Amino acid sequence: MLFRESVIIAIKALFANKMRSILTMLGIIIGVGAVIAMVSVGMGVRKQVQDSIASLGSNMLIVTAGAPRVNGVRQAAGSGEKLKLDDADAIKKKIKNIDYVAPNVQKSYQVVNGNQNWNTTVYGITSEYMMIRSLTVKSGSFITTNDMNTRNRVAVIGATVASNLFGESNPVGKNIRINNDPYKVIGVLASKGQSSMGQDQDDCVLIPITTAMERLMALTSIRTINIQVSSADKIDMVQEQVETLLRQRHRIKKPADDDFEVRNLTSIMETMTNTTTMITLLLGSIAAISLLVGGIGIMNIMMVSVTERTREIGIRKALGATFKDIMLQFLIESIVVSVIGGVIGIGVGCGAAMAISQVGSFTTVITIEPILLSFLFSVGIGLFFGIYPARKAAKLDPIEALRYE
Amino acid sequence: MTIELKDIKKIYQVGTQQVAALNGIDLNIKKGEFAALMGPSGSGKSTLMNILGCLDRPTEGSYKLDGAEVAHLGDDELAKTRNKKIGFVFQNFNLLSRISALENVALPLVYAGVGYKERHERAHYFLRAVGLDDRAEHQPNELSGGQRQRVAIARALVNDPSIIMADEPTGNLDTKSTREIMNIFMDLHEQGKTVILVTHEPEIAECASRQLLVRDGKITKDVGKGVKMDVV
Ligand SMILES: Nc1ncnc2c1ncn2[C@@H]1O[C@H](COP(=O)(O)OP(=O)(O)OP(=O)(O)O)[C@@H](O)[C@H]1O
Ligand SMILES: [Mg+2]
Repeated sequence: MLFRESVIIAIKALFANKMRSILTMLGIIIGVGAVIAMVSVGMGVRKQVQDSIASLGSNMLIVTAGAPRVNGVRQAAGSGEKLKLDDADAIKKKIKNIDYVAPNVQKSYQVVNGNQNWNTTVYGITSEYMMIRSLTVKSGSFITTNDMNTRNRVAVIGATVASNLFGESNPVGKNIRINNDPYKVIGVLASKGQSSMGQDQDDCVLIPITTAMERLMALTSIRTINIQVSSADKIDMVQEQVETLLRQRHRIKKPADDDFEVRNLTSIMETMTNTTTMITLLLGSIAAISLLVGGIGIMNIMMVSVTERTREIGIRKALGATFKDIMLQFLIESIVVSVIGGVIGIGVGCGAAMAISQVGSFTTVITIEPILLSFLFSVGIGLFFGIYPARKAAKLDPIEALRYE
Repeated sequence: MTIELKDIKKIYQVGTQQVAALNGIDLNIKKGEFAALMGPSGSGKSTLMNILGCLDRPTEGSYKLDGAEVAHLGDDELAKTRNKKIGFVFQNFNLLSRISALENVALPLVYAGVGYKERHERAHYFLRAVGLDDRAEHQPNELSGGQRQRVAIARALVNDPSIIMADEPTGNLDTKSTREIMNIFMDLHEQGKTVILVTHEPEIAECASRQLLVRDGKITKDVGKGVKMDVV
């Protein structure tokens, strides 16, 4: 028999039982839809994490004070605040292949202008911080090396702080008070909006790190040093050199006694990507179970359909249908159900993914792989769960089938 | 196209009991014969017809169709034989209820691998031959019993088989329809086809050129071999 005829017979049979065909398809629709929606949520989480790490800058090493943590527990006792501004200078001077070194300190303060006040984070930074975070000033200027050397009370403020303290007027040249000391606003940062983690990146006040340590926060040590390495393939080498240098400067003999930790954004990115891929796979496979259940639904209906149509099968066989003809007819029927269900499921899944990102506050990423995969999977399911009923139909003895009441 | 049966037996196992529906049938039917099978209910006529029509296999014995042993054919070859060489007409019509008369008639051609256009041309031709071309698009449940049987006959003829078999084709029909159907069979016989039919009614058996009586799974009377004779 011709393939085209099999398809036409199958589609006619499905139309003859519209309600039943739709209900059977529903299992596949929900299955495919769930796989696509779940995977797109997982991919969304992954993208968010990757973006937030990438937003910290590329080729970054982050040096933090305190012994390295293993599973969240500090390994060495006496996590003294031993990271100094001099360490940052030394790194800059002694190690090659480094573009920028940006040490910083930070603390929350209430910032006041006249009767307006605003709680924000004050960062003590160097002029290289601007490069490393790719910041630009919208008006005014950025903190200079001179400001650092003279411990000037100057501040560059983020757009959120500016609008909350100054409204529409230009803050440049005006004074704000931090911890009751007056600071002159020399610049306003260009808005960067929310970070991919939902944090307002414009809610900050930047002042020279020397001013921050000595005049505002009364600190002798710093919290982190961000290092931008000149190229990705040098990162591991530079990381080692930084560790060796800091051990030397802190008189540490073995790595286990480290009072600092150097983290590599690329490797953090890798672990995070692995974790989120795992999450995606987990979500996807949970959803795939519903696809399997849908497949069993197809099998169930096909079994009923074969029994119901025993006479029809008998007639077709009496007129010359072979094993292959009947097999093909029923197989195509179950595949048509799963293919139509799969196509609708793709629509539903993509719709659900978009709805989730609209309603919920997180990103979903629709990619072609889960769409193709779940579609092929649903065709496979139609095939797999169709084989048994189709074989049952094709093996019927014509006389017995004709006698069936 | 000749049919040769030698010592055909069909034994059914019912529980622990063995039922011999056919108990040693010897029968030759030559090309172009018109044979009528008669006999009491349960004598084995349908069983014999199903074997002749390649729908069923005998338990024992030899059945040669055109010199080829049917018992040696596989399921698919039997299906091909049914499709190409034999047109079978059933007492209860056995039409597919969801498709039109035309599609029912064209069905054997689908399995013969004939293309759409030719299928429909031939189906129309045979519907016309049984006088039902104006009902081509009707579904079986929109036709009378006689009309349904004529559709079934058109279907049996569509692939141009040389043997037409009919198991009580007029069993469910009134006298007028019966006459129409029998006229068709006689026409087919005149066209040179081999026609074998089962009937309970002597008047119908009279139309045939040969009458066979089946009793307890055996042929007990064989009248008019090759020559047209009156019924016993
Ligand atoms: N599938 C079967 N299993 C067991 N016994 C069967 C089966 N089919 C037929 N028989 C038996 O074989 C015998 C012949 O049956 P068959 O249908 O050939 O009779 P028939 O001559 O066609 O009768 P009728 O004139 O009533 O149609 C009957 O006794 C019947 O009970
Ligand atoms: Mg019978």
